[in-house]
Amino acid sequence: MVNKPSSSNLINSSTGDWEMVIGLEVHAQVTSKAKLFSGAATDFGADPNSQVSLVDAAMPGMLPVINEECVAQAVRTGLGLNAKINLHSVFDRKNYFYPDLPQGYQISQFSQPIVGEGEVVLDMEDGKSVTVGIERLHLEQDAGKSLHDQDPKNSYVDLNRSGVALMEIVSKPDIRSAPQAQAYVTKLRSILRYLGTCNGDMEEGSLRADVNVSVRRPGGPLGTRCEIKNMNSIRFIGQAIEYEARRQIDILEEGGEIIQQTRLFDTKTGETRSMRSKEEAHDYRYFPDPDLLPVEFSQDFVDGLANQLPELPDQKKSRFMTDWKLAPYDAELLVAEKERADYFEEMVGLDADPKSSANLILNQHLGRVNKEGIEFESAPVPAAASAAILKMTSEGVISGKIAKELYDLVWETGDDPVKLVEERGLKQVTDTGAIEKVVDEVIAANPKQVEQVKAKPQTFGWFVGQVMQKTGGKANPQSVNKLLREKLEIGDN
Amino acid sequence: MKVDESTVRNIARLARIKVDDTQARTLEGELNGILQWVEQLNEVDTEGVEPMTCVTDMRAKMRKDEVTDGGYPEDIVKNAPEHTGTFFVVPKVVE
Repeated sequence: MVNKPSSSNLINSSTGDWEMVIGLEVHAQVTSKAKLFSGAATDFGADPNSQVSLVDAAMPGMLPVINEECVAQAVRTGLGLNAKINLHSVFDRKNYFYPDLPQGYQISQFSQPIVGEGEVVLDMEDGKSVTVGIERLHLEQDAGKSLHDQDPKNSYVDLNRSGVALMEIVSKPDIRSAPQAQAYVTKLRSILRYLGTCNGDMEEGSLRADVNVSVRRPGGPLGTRCEIKNMNSIRFIGQAIEYEARRQIDILEEGGEIIQQTRLFDTKTGETRSMRSKEEAHDYRYFPDPDLLPVEFSQDFVDGLANQLPELPDQKKSRFMTDWKLAPYDAELLVAEKERADYFEEMVGLDADPKSSANLILNQHLGRVNKEGIEFESAPVPAAASAAILKMTSEGVISGKIAKELYDLVWETGDDPVKLVEERGLKQVTDTGAIEKVVDEVIAANPKQVEQVKAKPQTFGWFVGQVMQKTGGKANPQSVNKLLREKLEIGDN
Repeated sequence: MKVDESTVRNIARLARIKVDDTQARTLEGELNGILQWVEQLNEVDTEGVEPMTCVTDMRAKMRKDEVTDGGYPEDIVKNAPEHTGTFFVVPKVVE
């Protein structure tokens, strides 16, 4: 399971090579209607303290009762991570004081988590795969939210998030570079979203990561680590790791020592800085929560959940590669988001060519979605329209150039592509007579270029461009090529 | 196991309990007395006995995933020393 040092992941420095050792603790908010130990709602963005029960506010005498769906969600996630499911697990109290933690302790799982060891396989862009071990997954309560910018002297506390179920997923220190860490979070997020156990929304804080970074000489003993807290963007995780590793290397190369500490990433400066408080208070005095009995369930319960698991990204990917002969990296990109994979399947279901469909989605469609900054599922070009565009292209009704423009037209008008082609006269001109007329015009109008192309055949493309321009991109490129070659008396290359 | 006065102070600080010098010395003696008493349990042979976290032989009862509570923010903040709207207000805490 341990990944060998690969030369490409090493950091070259004046004193020799360094290797990063990275492990992540990901906090994923469990998708459930009610909280982990109370019947209050979990919806995001409600009015302050409107989704708080007396249990969540830690009023005296209130007792927690566990939500069975949260247990099921943790088991489903464990199964999705190929992990050991513990039929017996125990809740502990993790004691610390903070204004948004009304109990004075967080109910968590310490020595006996609900899920044990598992693994996640990452397919990197260079075609290599990296296996990251999962140490454990446990259930715990989320804390409330403090707002510091509403008042100059005070902080405001909203307990709506207090008591919402979280899964803390702890990786083994198997990650060796920033791109691997990013791929790990991306993959984990994708698995959670497929399973429906966490919505993966990083902006709303439904998925956040603490990143442990240390550096060492390749294969040498582990260095002292620093923990970068509360990262909620995959891009920033990459930046924070790069910065932190460099910072540690600089210290070590100057003969200094790394102090184990918790750090925060400043998104404005791109730097990490030490968190002043809480350092000494890291004495949580865990003990089993006397308010809660151990959680126990049967293997039948686990098997029942296993039988109902949806197809996961890795399974879908290998199916796409087998059934539709897609390249691994294209398949990986398509399955990364369920919506993308569904779009693809709808297109090929309408007999669109698989390879062309993948290209259209990953280049044109995703490009436009990102440019407009909208969600994939709200893009105004449905899969059926994209399939129709590809079909008209492969049947020669429209040229490849027009196909790209037609896609944008559908995006802007929302109209049916077949109708747009009819109405706007976008059909490819295959009538040789009409094309020949244009070819003749271009040749007649440009005697200098005609002279030139005899000596320099590579300028031939200029004529093709002229003809295409004059026909508004509608001329069949094969016919244009053929006619031009004949008239200019140049052979096929 | 024996606690000294500085351990007593540390535990008090972690628990946010104010303890003066006289109390600390008294507590040191009391805590050591309790620990010695509990330590007698070490004499019992527990080889092969599963640790017990609960005296009843029961498993946790579970609740259905239904929203049955909440929706009374005014009540939630009513007893707070200070609140504005339905937010709790506390002295500024910034990391």
